[in-house]
Amino acid sequence: MTIHADHSAPETAVEDQAADVRTKFGISVEDYMLPARHQIQMVNPDGTLRSHDEQGTEPGHEYPTPGDSELMAAYEQLVVGRRVNDQNSALVRQGRMAVYPSSHGQEACQVAAAMCLSEGDWLFPTYRDAVAVMTRGVDPVEVMTIFRGDWHGGYDPTEHNVGIQCTPLTTQLLHAVGVAHAAKLRGENTVVMAMCGDGATSEGDFHEALNFAAVFHLPVIFFVQNNKYAISVPLSHQSVAPSLAHKAVGYGMAGERVDGNDLVALLAVMDRAVKLARDGSGPLLIEAHTYRMQAHTNADDATRYRPDSEVAEWQAKDPLARMKSYLTDKGLLDAAASERIASHAEAVATQLREGLGEDVPVQPLDLFKYVFAKQTPQLKEQSELLASELARASSGDTDNSGTESAK
Amino acid sequence: MTVTTAGTSANGNVSAATASAAASAAATAEATGPQSLTMAKALNTAMADAMRADPSVLVFGEDVGMLGGVFRITDGLMAEFGEQRCFDTPLAESGIVGMAVGMAINGMRPVIEMQFDAFAYPAFEQIVSHVAKMHNRTKGKLKMPMVIRVPYAGGIGGVEHHCDSSESYYAHTAGLKVYTPATVADGYRMLREAIGSDDPVMFMEPKKLYWSKDQVDLGALRVEHDAGTSTEGRAAVARPGTDATLIAYGPSVPTALAAAAAAAEEGRSLEVIDVRTLVPFDDETVCASVRKTGRAVVIAEAHGFASVSSEIVARVQERAFHYLAAPILRVTGFDVPFPSPKLEHYYLPSVDRILDAVDDLQWED
Ligand SMILES: Cc1ncc(C[n+]2csc(CCOP(=O)(O)OP(=O)(O)O)c2C)c(N)n1
Ligand SMILES: [Mg+2]
Repeated sequence: MTIHADHSAPETAVEDQAADVRTKFGISVEDYMLPARHQIQMVNPDGTLRSHDEQGTEPGHEYPTPGDSELMAAYEQLVVGRRVNDQNSALVRQGRMAVYPSSHGQEACQVAAAMCLSEGDWLFPTYRDAVAVMTRGVDPVEVMTIFRGDWHGGYDPTEHNVGIQCTPLTTQLLHAVGVAHAAKLRGENTVVMAMCGDGATSEGDFHEALNFAAVFHLPVIFFVQNNKYAISVPLSHQSVAPSLAHKAVGYGMAGERVDGNDLVALLAVMDRAVKLARDGSGPLLIEAHTYRMQAHTNADDATRYRPDSEVAEWQAKDPLARMKSYLTDKGLLDAAASERIASHAEAVATQLREGLGEDVPVQPLDLFKYVFAKQTPQLKEQSELLASELARASSGDTDNSGTESAK
Repeated sequence: MTVTTAGTSANGNVSAATASAAASAAATAEATGPQSLTMAKALNTAMADAMRADPSVLVFGEDVGMLGGVFRITDGLMAEFGEQRCFDTPLAESGIVGMAVGMAINGMRPVIEMQFDAFAYPAFEQIVSHVAKMHNRTKGKLKMPMVIRVPYAGGIGGVEHHCDSSESYYAHTAGLKVYTPATVADGYRMLREAIGSDDPVMFMEPKKLYWSKDQVDLGALRVEHDAGTSTEGRAAVARPGTDATLIAYGPSVPTALAAAAAAAEEGRSLEVIDVRTLVPFDDETVCASVRKTGRAVVIAEAHGFASVSSEIVARVQERAFHYLAAPILRVTGFDVPFPSPKLEHYYLPSVDRILDAVDDLQWED
């Protein structure tokens, strides 16, 4: 291993960055770091392409439209993602899964966050980002293990470079920073995608992660899915900043806003962010405007805090319908392709139903197996205690059943 | 600076090792035979040796670079290993620990410094929810080979927030190992073992012992380390005795030894056990001593209620009840916030208070 890359900011870091921005983008560093005046949006909710002038782009905030094959591949994942969300919600209702925080309505964000990355890159997801994790290539059934309740994580993070879906809000952003930092010290070209929600931006670790990433000039993309609510609490109770993307400038990084239900715009913005990060521009903050169409989880009742009319308004902005009509109008999506994609989605849903339908017996002794790399004598003793309880239970020991019958 | 050697990586994404034999040989040659060393220097040397042996070992925290840490424990590391391997971070303890988690995921062995015991609290969530749980959550796919160094406890006349005994919080957390050295040699020995461990170690450094001195043979300690000798889960008999056992750790060990010396003058032979690693705890050595003596006092600076000292009493009576001639007593800090400098000596376990407790061990029965 070679450790050589410079990660410490020189005394002149601030001036250097300003000069760098001027040469690269021809704008002031403030104009680069502040988000463009409007969110980036390329396709209207009805599926029509917006004219270039209406896309929200500005000098230094320019986004080339993604290519056809990328759009088609992403659309396929979008359809699969929606199917997965709805399948999982059904599995929860059937008691096959304990809980599922659905990203129904946010699938365009999920797909873009995973698809903009290359193989060696890393993704740090939240509890809501199962679709992004799957899009990255992790086996769907392994992803859902955490929600089924077998174990706190079901996949090997090193297989696809995906952290375990994280629940303590924004703590994973710092892990993203550390992974990027280690890679940078070894001179590797790794980009790290760090995901969180709008409410989570109030947490301390959000601040610490953005600041660390900026100070050490690390290729981390902080991707905030602003779905307007943190469980029941609207964004207005979290922040009075002009937008969440505006927070970037306070850390000395660039921020951008994008229509989170517009997969075309998302891919454009995320692809460019990855490219900038990989080329040494440091971290970026992207805020995607989207909406959580369903309750926070199955345990939540969204009617207590938001009106149906608001949900209906967002229904009309659905990312799937929009992408479908855009690609159809563009002549990329025909009936045959639609059918092929639908059957792919159905196959994944079947895989989930079958994988989660069968009862995999839990292994009680696993409780002790993985606490440490080198086990302690105390855990060995406790493991033996449970093992002997299990042995007694399975041999129908009378000592155990005795208390039952004595009642 | 460029280091082209490679060490072992717990998470397996660093190329294979070619130990920097030349460097460590040079270091070994420079110091053989016993020499007078402080705990601070022993800890510093342990980090330097580990950094020479393994380029994935990184040191970072607040003021650890140019300044060498507020206690100078990282003195000279930035000069020798460069700003890439020993560096200052922004002031944010959760950030330091959280970033270390990511680095450990990605092939590094971070050794991080919390500036003081009470200033580690902002990092508590990262420690409890991730450092302690990552290995278990991923069924061992991700290891957390990191050391969190915490200067802790009192006895230096420190102001508020600089003297907490916070070990019980960590010892109570499943998934953390908790080491606390009491001697200069153990400072070296245990820190090297902690850095080499694939488990996360809370390394509690008794700050009042930083300047304690001892004759130590670094060459011999290095040989011992290279041979894989382990201290984890092994308490030490700091002073043999026959009449009663004083069980102590970290900052309380010298106090217990002083009490044993005083007791010897009055004809009472006290054995002193230095627990060394709170997690894992060495039930065997501690209980063997109590079975032999039949009497015990547990000594700790931390508040006694729901603490490591209460755990020790519980464990010993569970295992050695029939050997006990008297209830196990404790001499601990009172259940009050750590006092201001002029009051701390009323709070801290003292030789007199220990001897009083020993007197109370029902010698008449
Ligand atoms: C540190 C912490 N505090 C509280 C919670 C409980 N909690 C889980 S999700 C959530 C809301 C988060 O909202 P947001 O960041 O907007 O993400 P969303 O759920 O909308 O995707 C809360 C409060 C938590 N998981 N972690
Ligand atoms: Mg939200």
